[in-house]
Amino acid sequence: MATQTTETAAGACVDAGGSALGMPQLCADWMGNQVAWLVVSLIVIYLLLSRVALPRIGAVLAERSGTITNDIAAAEELKQKAVEAEAAYEKALADARVQAAAIVADAKAEIQADLDVELAKADAQIAAKVSESEKAIAEIRDGAVKSVTDVAKDTAKELVKAVGGNADAKTINAAIAARMKG
Amino acid sequence: MTHVATDAKSEGGLVFHPLDQFIVKPLFGDGPISWYTPTNVTLWMGIAVLVIALIFVVGSRGRAIVPSRLQSIGELIYGFIYKMVEDVTGKDGIKYFPYIMTLFVFILFANYLALLPMSYSPTSMIAVTAILGFGVFICVTILGFVLHGSKFLGLFWMSDAPAILRPIIAVIEVISYFVRPVSHSIRLAGNVMAGHAVIKVFAGFAALTLVSPVAIAGIVAIYGLEVLVAGIQAYVFTILTCVYLKDALHPAH
Repeated sequence: MATQTTETAAGACVDAGGSALGMPQLCADWMGNQVAWLVVSLIVIYLLLSRVALPRIGAVLAERSGTITNDIAAAEELKQKAVEAEAAYEKALADARVQAAAIVADAKAEIQADLDVELAKADAQIAAKVSESEKAIAEIRDGAVKSVTDVAKDTAKELVKAVGGNADAKTINAAIAARMKG
Repeated sequence: MTHVATDAKSEGGLVFHPLDQFIVKPLFGDGPISWYTPTNVTLWMGIAVLVIALIFVVGSRGRAIVPSRLQSIGELIYGFIYKMVEDVTGKDGIKYFPYIMTLFVFILFANYLALLPMSYSPTSMIAVTAILGFGVFICVTILGFVLHGSKFLGLFWMSDAPAILRPIIAVIEVISYFVRPVSHSIRLAGNVMAGHAVIKVFAGFAALTLVSPVAIAGIVAIYGLEVLVAGIQAYVFTILTCVYLKDALHPAH
């Protein structure tokens, strides 16, 4: 065949036009090349991974899990602290409330005492003023009664004199006193 | 095979080469491909290695307690795989964590980088996934014998089963044990290759004006599916590796 020479030139598995003859996978001429380069690639990948990449990534992952564990423990501790702080705060608040209530009660009692004292003082003053006033009123009344008696005696004396009678002062006084009583 | 290719060409406008994206090309010149030639496979595996270095080495450089974005991506993947290894294999499997991590990140980043336009998908190549799958199988089997000696064969001998059934079960167990690496590697390569090929087929249909909206919608849908597949296949490969490792560490049922 005419194509026989070109086929040998291009290789046993490729025709003159550069197309595959059959499956290139089964071409024995190419297998050695693939196998050789595969072995080289695998060795390079294995060395890269086992010498450099895998220990490094393993260390990073271990370090990370350690960090995460530590962080979680720290967070747990902080949470515990926060709970404690909250309890302390609550307790302080309750104490302060109790204290405030006590202070309020004290102040109230004090004020009440002061108030009582002041009230008593005021009452006493008022009572004193009242008695004073009553005394004054009584004086005024007494004065008024005396004046009225005097006026009545004088008037009676003048009336008796005007009527033409002659009455002695003793009789008139007795009569006035008697009238004033009634 | 030549026949199929020429048939496809004779169709004219509608040309499908869904498998051309898997061709291994030398990066410099176009001489023959020997095992050491830098090719597109080399380039995309190298990009995967660089991205892994960027995320896991550069990203974790800060060693920050509060991680940067890049660092948290690395930590997320680290934590995911670490937990998977611990859950599936138990505490004594932890020392194999770097190996499993290597497998997972390689497959994951090779899968996702392969979803970039114009990229190459090393995990779609059966040779690559076979090395991964059989590598796991051989390592796990050797580990099982080193740790448990001939007791490792107890993995195949169901002491709970009725005596008559035990030899039959043993045969089935041995077969399933040796099928493991095959299914383990073909699952990954098959999923990745199928998805990429289907996207290419839809892209071929997009050349026809009449069906191009449907074809483009199909590309978008398959691409979304492939984003899922890329992650899930890396996950499945890794968790199965863990399961096989668990069998080696604790062969008793």
